[in-house]
Amino acid sequence: MDVKGRVEIDRELCKGCGLCVEACVPKVLHLSARLNASGYTPAEYTGTSCSGCGLCFYACPEPGTLRVWKLMATVAA
Amino acid sequence: MPEKELCITHEKPLAFFPHFERKGEGEDQTHYCPGCGHGIVHKLLAETIDELGIQDRTILISPVGCSVFAYYYFDTGNVQAAHGRAPAVATAVKRAHPNSIVISYQGDGDLAAIGAAEILHCANRNENVTVLFVNNTIYGMTGGQMAPTSLPGQKTTTSPGGRDPGRDGYPMRVSELLATLESPAFIERASLGNVKTILQAKKAIRRAIECQMEGKGFSMVELLSPCPTIWKLDPVAAQKRVHDEMERYFEPGIKCDRRASRPEPREAAPPPPLADFSRLLNLPDDNGRTAPAHAHDAERLDWRIRIAGFGGQGVLLLGQLLAEAAMDDGLEVSWLPSYGPEMRSGTSNCHVRISSHPIDSPLVTRANALLALNEPSLRKFLDTVEPGGLVLYNGDHLPDDCRRDNVSVYALPFAEIANQLGSAKVGNMVMLGAFLALSHFLPDERMEAALARLVSSERWVEIDKKALAVGRERVPAEEFRHA
Repeated sequence: MDVKGRVEIDRELCKGCGLCVEACVPKVLHLSARLNASGYTPAEYTGTSCSGCGLCFYACPEPGTLRVWKLMATVAA
Repeated sequence: MPEKELCITHEKPLAFFPHFERKGEGEDQTHYCPGCGHGIVHKLLAETIDELGIQDRTILISPVGCSVFAYYYFDTGNVQAAHGRAPAVATAVKRAHPNSIVISYQGDGDLAAIGAAEILHCANRNENVTVLFVNNTIYGMTGGQMAPTSLPGQKTTTSPGGRDPGRDGYPMRVSELLATLESPAFIERASLGNVKTILQAKKAIRRAIECQMEGKGFSMVELLSPCPTIWKLDPVAAQKRVHDEMERYFEPGIKCDRRASRPEPREAAPPPPLADFSRLLNLPDDNGRTAPAHAHDAERLDWRIRIAGFGGQGVLLLGQLLAEAAMDDGLEVSWLPSYGPEMRSGTSNCHVRISSHPIDSPLVTRANALLALNEPSLRKFLDTVEPGGLVLYNGDHLPDDCRRDNVSVYALPFAEIANQLGSAKVGNMVMLGAFLALSHFLPDERMEAALARLVSSERWVEIDKKALAVGRERVPAEEFRHA
């Protein structure tokens, strides 16, 4: 399977505002049905079709909640 | 075929502290509400600081408002300013540290209301600082009062029926307002209305900071920002309001860009050498000054003098001369004038302290010398003279109902004596001469040097000297010793 990107969400830092879900172009993010310790329903990424575009990162108001990976060419060692 | 692998492209910028220590629990979270625009602006700013490599020379000026705690988040220099005053503080920081990158971060209540004067003049001076102006059309931290930027019809706690432009005025378009000034180099409005405009906002912030780095002068980015909690909207609906309603009234775009027409920044002229300061300030040469407190070491000298009279009698000059002459003599001095708005008449007084030791306060509350140039001043201040103190009064004798028996009183018609010399105006100098003769701590040449410095007319210097000499002769020759 050709994975182009990945997003990691710290569910305890997320405040469940949903702006990343709104910003996501391939629509692969959703809000969890389970509450986190702060009582928010954090965003989740459970699929495989993240494109690694990073838009969710810019929509998110919490500095440390999201981390985005993207498939990139690396220089051969 | 090139190797490909998953790499981290976006994560918490380095310009943030690794941990946010304000909250005990959940210490890596900000204090902002879910969906708050501040968190987004913080992130855009932090990324820009990382990209420009300026973290070690960035100084953030935090405002009053929700973003007051910016200093808990940004690992940069920080100064927290009084409400609305961030542009003034930014001015000082930038001028003191010209190589720093100074960013004033302010909300609309802070910048557009209480701080309207500061931002206007900072922009008009084209101070080389960057302002991030987060506009959410409301006072957030204090619970939702109407701001200068609240939209027509917007319900707030202080406009519960909606903002009525007929009663409350129209929302202020601060960016357009400042752009009408000739001075500011760069002003742009950007929006956090959706992720596309958020990316444009990041570019705007970068342009503004680069403007400062190039020394082009004042730059500001206004950021239309959601406040879901106070607007009583969910974060997605709040973001939509920014796009649909705020952008319609506050049109995004560059409002002025004079970066290209600004000349290359000039190096500030170096200050004159320290050795020239005495000449520039018309002070006696340090080389000609005797060692500090030469004759005063034997006993502790501590004159607390109140000088009072009508405005125009030379009350303040008398005090200034005493302080300056004593300063030249190596003593510690302070001179604190206190007077009304009148240039003539009205009352006037000053506090003078002269001491062989550092002075704690320039106020004279318990005097050991009172120089009263008129009767109201005598009545007002006689009781403040401590026992054993010295009182000089401009009159033949103290009024019968105004006496003290534990102070030394010298009542002489100083102004009359001066009048006989040719000008009643120099009554202050006759009294000063008398005080110098009684107090006997200051060499004559010190006073003459101070006179020549403070009185610009040579003719008056001569008359003043004559008056001083007459004053010295008119009091008993014995030395006065204060307690």
